Amino acid sequence: MSAESSPKIVIVDESPIRAAILEEGLREAGFTGVVHISEMQSLLARIYALDPDVILIDLENPSRDVLEQMFQVSRAVRRPIAMFVDQSDAASIQASVDAGVSAYIVDGLKKERIKPILDLCISRFNAFSKLQDELDRTKSALEERKVIDRAKGILMKVKGLTEDEAYVLMRSTAMREKKKIGEIAQSILTASELLK
Amino acid sequence: MTTPLHIGFIPLVDAAALIIAVDKGFAAAEGLNVTLVREVSWSNVRDKLNIGLFDAAHLLAPVAIASSLGLGHVKVPIVAPFNLGLNGNAITVSPALHAAIMGEIEGDAFDPMATALALARVVANRRKSGAEPLTFGMTFPFSTHNYQLRFWMAAGGVDPDEDVRLVVLPPPYMVDSLANGHVDAFCVGAPWNSVAVDLGVGHILHFVSDILVRAAEKVLAVRQSWSEKNADVLAALVRAASHAAEYIEDPGNRAETADVLSRPDRIGVGAEVIQRTLDGRLKISPDGQRRESGRYLLVGREGAARPDPAQAAWLYAQMVRWGQTAMRPDALKTAMGVFRPDLYDAAMGLQGKLPSASDAIGAFAGPAFNPGDIAGHLAAFQIGRWKP
Repeated sequence: MSAESSPKIVIVDESPIRAAILEEGLREAGFTGVVHISEMQSLLARIYALDPDVILIDLENPSRDVLEQMFQVSRAVRRPIAMFVDQSDAASIQASVDAGVSAYIVDGLKKERIKPILDLCISRFNAFSKLQDELDRTKSALEERKVIDRAKGILMKVKGLTEDEAYVLMRSTAMREKKKIGEIAQSILTASELLK
Repeated sequence: MTTPLHIGFIPLVDAAALIIAVDKGFAAAEGLNVTLVREVSWSNVRDKLNIGLFDAAHLLAPVAIASSLGLGHVKVPIVAPFNLGLNGNAITVSPALHAAIMGEIEGDAFDPMATALALARVVANRRKSGAEPLTFGMTFPFSTHNYQLRFWMAAGGVDPDEDVRLVVLPPPYMVDSLANGHVDAFCVGAPWNSVAVDLGVGHILHFVSDILVRAAEKVLAVRQSWSEKNADVLAALVRAASHAAEYIEDPGNRAETADVLSRPDRIGVGAEVIQRTLDGRLKISPDGQRRESGRYLLVGREGAARPDPAQAAWLYAQMVRWGQTAMRPDALKTAMGVFRPDLYDAAMGLQGKLPSASDAIGAFAGPAFNPGDIAGHLAAFQIGRWKP
């Protein structure tokens, strides 16, 4: 595939999972020339060596300021690079900042050709955030499960209850006090720690 | 009824007036409910201010000017009604480069002309021996750090574009890069110079106040369009920052200030290191040598908070000198119009003070700065990318 039909894209991202999600999406969409940079040392030298048409970087990355140096006229610059987003496209800027990604392109690459890349990038970044949220929720649900199990164990031991009875006791207490069962379980753990 | 505001900042000591305004209640007293958002890059601060995610920001003074001129990025007019700090940067060099400069120096080690001339000899020696050019780190293409480094070394005959490498590095990466030899020196704001000295990987060669007596550093920046629609809110914000600056400058409040700034969601480094920079009493060498300066960082004192358009003109002149933009009278006017002493005076209920008469900058080399004749001023400097 020629460079004309598939621009060379560099993804600068310290999160390997997010980069993989984005890279996969770009490949599926037919963008085959995708390279991921995860190491920020000598970032500009790497980018110049790869000579990309498009650079995508996550906004949590302090090295974004390093990329701004590409706009400067200096002997290190091989090709002029300009930021994709311009004033006529406020919605794109907003969407990409909200998603947490920024794009830079080589001057001269047509905007119509960049738009699908950026749109894909935004949707994949958003998908990643959603995934991250779900993961965080699953983690905290798991944590809560553990706390409840330990609290159950304490109740069984101290009050001589069966597992089911211990659970029912916690649940009814939670309902009466308008609290989550996880909070009740946590109080039991704290109290038992104090009473040790 | 309080006004909610989102304000972006970079974790540096010169964000102090904003952080103290919020955390010590000066903003709330003005009826403002400010959420401070800690950012990781100047690009992010600029973009989020430009598109309206931030109402205001702690911003590099040259970025405010570049944004208003559309240099390097989208053109969004910015105004700065309040200077968050004057000076505050330092040039830190590796122990090896420090030894090399001290081996060549003739005269006082705190004299920037003596060190710049010594640097020129170090650079010449390295070239003769076939060594790699020295690499200097700075924070952003449109940064005071970039211009201060360039001004200093060029005065000694070192061409910053030909004789050395200047690279952008995010401030939190500076110290590591100096330690692992990725850079030989850097110019950055507090607390990073002190952090490098404490770790034994750097010597503070100069306070920026050695190079320029008064240098506008960070400004409180808002979009011009926002300032016009929210004049009362902006005035309240300026007053809050001003009260905070007054609080910070009282030596009796320094420990508390440093403590607030050191919190993880603010600057997130030790309070002692922060207080050193606020007091202008810095450890400059890993062997414990200290140096004091009443001009290290000015937060509000000596009229530091009132924006001076001559400072904006000087920064614009640096952009011209180093080829970032062409010399244009209308652009100079735009640049000077970013700094708004009138908004400061209106907020503080002051009558317009006369602008400082003589040299607002006080550079160690070259003629006194005259905003009315930038071409004539630049003609006095041999090294530069600008040709008349």
